[in-house]
Amino acid sequence: MAIDNLTVKQIAFLSRLKVEDEKVEATKEEFNKILNWIEELNEVDTDKVEPLISVNDTVLRMREDTVASGNCKDEVLKNAPAAEYDYFAVPKVVE
Amino acid sequence: MTDITELTVSEALNALKKHEFTSTELTEAYLRRMEDNRQYNAYITESADTAMEQAKEADKRYAAGTNRALEGIPLGIKDLFCTKNIRTTAASHILDNFIPPYESTVTQNLLNDGAVFLGKLNLDEFAMGGSNETSYFGPVINPWSKDKPLVPGGSSGGSAAAVAAHLCAAATGTDTGGSIREPAAFCGITGIKPTYGRCSRYGIVAFASSLDQAGPIAQDVRDCAILLKSMAGFDDKDSTSCEVPVPDYESFMNGDVAGLTIGMPKEYRPEGLNPEVAAYWDKAAEYLKARGAKIKEISLPHTKYALATYYVLAPAEASSNLARYDGIRYGFRAPGQQHLDDLYINTRTQGFGAEVRRRIMIGTYVLSAGYYDAYFLKAQKMRRLIHDDFMNAFKECDVILTPTSPITAFPIGDESMLQNPINMYLNDVFTVSVNLAGLPAFSLPIGLSAEGLPYGMQLIGKPFDEGTLFNVAAKLEADAKFERK
Repeated sequence: MAIDNLTVKQIAFLSRLKVEDEKVEATKEEFNKILNWIEELNEVDTDKVEPLISVNDTVLRMREDTVASGNCKDEVLKNAPAAEYDYFAVPKVVE
Repeated sequence: MTDITELTVSEALNALKKHEFTSTELTEAYLRRMEDNRQYNAYITESADTAMEQAKEADKRYAAGTNRALEGIPLGIKDLFCTKNIRTTAASHILDNFIPPYESTVTQNLLNDGAVFLGKLNLDEFAMGGSNETSYFGPVINPWSKDKPLVPGGSSGGSAAAVAAHLCAAATGTDTGGSIREPAAFCGITGIKPTYGRCSRYGIVAFASSLDQAGPIAQDVRDCAILLKSMAGFDDKDSTSCEVPVPDYESFMNGDVAGLTIGMPKEYRPEGLNPEVAAYWDKAAEYLKARGAKIKEISLPHTKYALATYYVLAPAEASSNLARYDGIRYGFRAPGQQHLDDLYINTRTQGFGAEVRRRIMIGTYVLSAGYYDAYFLKAQKMRRLIHDDFMNAFKECDVILTPTSPITAFPIGDESMLQNPINMYLNDVFTVSVNLAGLPAFSLPIGLSAEGLPYGMQLIGKPFDEGTLFNVAAKLEADAKFERK
């Protein structure tokens, strides 16, 4: 399953990353190299195999529905690149 | 008396208990040594002030007789663990101004036992790499380098180099596909990736959550036992953390290997395996045989597919985990854009390095509509087969012995690795299966190559059977008589 230049651009956008026009070709080739390599997995018949999602087969624990932490607004905002009026600030999105 | 920075953790603890020197003296000695050895680029951030405060507190406790398990021992912390009020970067531009308001559970456990933190250690960006060359803060130099600078391995390259060069008594690492074991092997020291779920992942910058696990990197087997006991334990802040008792790992070192069966997987000896690696592997088996262990050839039939499986699953999980870096809530934000999508795109494109961008895009692709079943689901099924290979193998052996890496440390900027990322990925061939199966695995130095560079041996155990690994590792260590830096 080789990918083309358009797919590279689409994946980049889905990833919210930019691939410069002059780098699309090289990126495509690199990805196809990796994807070709991954395709060796198709040598193995896995039709009857259950996927392994986690090696940890314990059932997730339930806990009391109580507040464990909170009232830390200042700490939450401390690392924000921009904050105003106790909120994260983003560029204007509505005209 | 020898330089106090060259003592192991257990030796330093004994000396501190006997008041031969203070933690303040020990910490000052490390800080001086760090300052004199910045050429290794092992630390991203040095935290001298908090280290000195912690050392003073430790000295008070020694005086009062209330000293704890790691009281006053100066450690280096991989810069992937969030440390409260100490910058935590994951070696990425996108986090280079991030100061966590909270502490990771593993580092909190170490602090609760009295450890002193010297600073934050360099790594591959977001732990993605096997050579420490993807760090935004530049490569780390392996202390074993001779005429040209060699990589320390990765991703915990700063941790391994710092321990080998005595820039900390021991260090924390994390291991997603070999990131503790490979650098430990390249730098001639010791490290263990515990069973998945043994150490809490809370507060560790996530790479691939179903594979990531924290562990110690230290000078010898005993130090790993002491560190792991502190680091491990159930944590309700990590839903994958396991509620199992943490044993005294040191006590296992007095065990006997007679009667144990050591498995050697035939698939780990492919045609063309470096003859030096093969020879050391056989020698390690002979050491254990001479002590009464039974050596048995075993088979892990799907070994060949582990790397490709890993390089689907790890990037897929990474693409999801790294979606959080959006330039809004913390970390770097690219300046000067108008539209929100531009802000995301510019922030992430400028904030992430090339290897991280590559893995995010590969991960995004294998999870995308139309390709999910062909790649991601397929890899999850392969993961089951690889996992079951180990479980079947453990029906006929107690521990599996393999080399840690097919090669020794290579030069920084190696052309073949840079030109084709797959060549770099292939170095993980002996380590990734262990993460896919969630098993504990040790790496310890076994000997030097003809060029004088260290090789590591890997011991793989059953889930939560780190104890047997400490038993076997202690014997191999005693027989190999490897001379550390």
